[in-house]
Amino acid sequence: MKEKNSFLKKHWVDIIAIVAVVALFAWICTSIYINFRFAKKINIFYNYFIVNRGYERLLLGMKNTAIIAVSGLLIGIVIGTLIAVIKVVRPSNRPIRYAQKVVTVYVAFFRGTPMVVQLLVGYFILFPLMKLTVTPVAACVWIFGLNSGAYISEIMRGGINSVDSGQLEAARAVGMPFSFSMLKVVVPQAIKNILPTLGNEFIALVKETAVVGYVGAIDITNAFQYQGSNSYEYMIPYLVMALLYIVIVAAIAGLVKLMERKLAKNERH
Amino acid sequence: MNDINNKGKLLIETRKLTKRFGSLLVLNEIDEKFYEGEQVAIIGPSGSGKSTFLRCLNCMEDPTSGAIVFDGVDIADLKVDINVQRQKIGMVFQQFNLFANLNVLDNITLAPRYVAKKERRAKVRKNILIRIGNLFRKNKKPLLELGDSEKEINRKTEERAYELLRRIGLEDKAKVYPSTLSGGQKQRIAIIRALAMNPKVILFDEPTSALDPEMVGEVLDLMKSLGKEGMTMIIVTHEMGFAREAADRILFIDEGVIKEQGTPEEVFDHPKNPRLKEFLSKVL
Ligand SMILES: Nc1ncnc2c1ncn2[C@@H]1O[C@H](COP(=O)(O)OP(=O)(O)OP(=O)(O)O)[C@@H](O)[C@H]1O
Ligand SMILES: [Mg+2]
Repeated sequence: MKEKNSFLKKHWVDIIAIVAVVALFAWICTSIYINFRFAKKINIFYNYFIVNRGYERLLLGMKNTAIIAVSGLLIGIVIGTLIAVIKVVRPSNRPIRYAQKVVTVYVAFFRGTPMVVQLLVGYFILFPLMKLTVTPVAACVWIFGLNSGAYISEIMRGGINSVDSGQLEAARAVGMPFSFSMLKVVVPQAIKNILPTLGNEFIALVKETAVVGYVGAIDITNAFQYQGSNSYEYMIPYLVMALLYIVIVAAIAGLVKLMERKLAKNERH
Repeated sequence: MNDINNKGKLLIETRKLTKRFGSLLVLNEIDEKFYEGEQVAIIGPSGSGKSTFLRCLNCMEDPTSGAIVFDGVDIADLKVDINVQRQKIGMVFQQFNLFANLNVLDNITLAPRYVAKKERRAKVRKNILIRIGNLFRKNKKPLLELGDSEKEINRKTEERAYELLRRIGLEDKAKVYPSTLSGGQKQRIAIIRALAMNPKVILFDEPTSALDPEMVGEVLDLMKSLGKEGMTMIIVTHEMGFAREAADRILFIDEGVIKEQGTPEEVFDHPKNPRLKEFLSKVL
């Protein structure tokens, strides 16, 4: 009993806020339901989504969204780490200076143009020019990887700079080469430092996959668009779509939090 | 001056070692020799270039000019593979610098494992070439002896690490992360991390300066026992008592040169250089 009381005392603001939001939501729903003849719309949605197996396209879309976002992130981490390392090296010789110029241009290009433009240029111009025939999803994976590599390189550079310089020094002093020292000592610590930021980058990536329909890849957005234009009824599909993105993003954010807490615990023991 | 140096073979020699940071001249044409088995303490005022001198000895700082001959090789020469040379020169830092992402055992075994595996992999690659070559040879060339498997390498380096941990009484800390250790424990582990490479010399840069006073003793004791075993050590230190007790030779660095050197008695009891006298009057 006492427990419950203290719970109420502690969280009364949250509870009122939640009740208010739910009430507002319910009110909006009922007025929409009445004004927009929802029953009919839901019926249409049900027909296309369940009876006509619209969900199959959505499942495929979810799978593709996951593939593009996850592999994009992984490729991005590899490329981003490489770029960051090139950028933090002391420019002691000519090849390093050239490499630094090249990666600066690379980062400027991918951060300076919209994702959609990169997709279109990559899929319709560059890949055909290189005589590469790739599926839309594969093209998206690579272009998203290259793109997130540019963003992650900046994050990773901050992470590497946040690692105490004595760590690299101690590794070099026992005769381990620069690359090995970075790989085994500095970068792991850098990644740990930037994990929350990396989580946000992943969320941004998931949201950005919404444009892959431009090159013909089927993702979540595309699946719902398809459903909408086939049934001439857009409201329900788009509402469900928005809700689905929110749920996915919230789930990722939760996972990132969990991971952070686990790492913080490791530190203490 | 030379007779006190004749404890063993010449190990490190600096020839006209000069270091500038921009226009600041930190080391000015230092000629010095270090011999196997001797313990040398380097003292001097703050900012006089002690750390810079020590860090030049394993090229953590590249000298501006001059030569550093280690074991017969001029390691200041950029054509020399500095990593191979550094594997024979241990270094211990003021801030310990244990690898924060690795547990104590991995801290100790990372470098020895790396070296052993690298050598093994180089042999494996050479053997492939020999095999290919043998297809066209009448007299087959024999393959190289590979020695221990990678698993065996892991086992042996680990065994050695435990042996060293037992020596300092910290076996039970093998699996913990550095952040949980006291300063004295960290520094002693940093020292055995250097020892695990079986170096020919260990360089210490103020190894006790970052420690709480009650932990200085345990680190100095370990260093003394290494000295007694004949480990060559070059130690930048502010601990004059330790320098007097544990060092064979004291170098006084000031204004980028070695102003005076000698046995502890000579340097501490009968200093000649006025700057050394002034320095000693401040620190003793
Ligand atoms: N990386 C660097 N860049 C520029 N100047 C430097 C650098 N490292 C050292 N110096 C300068 O070189 C001089 C000698 O520094 P050093 O660290 O060798 O002195 P030290 O004798 O070890 O002093 P301390 O007893 O305070 O450790 C100082 O004036 C210092 O400011
Ligand atoms: Mg110093």
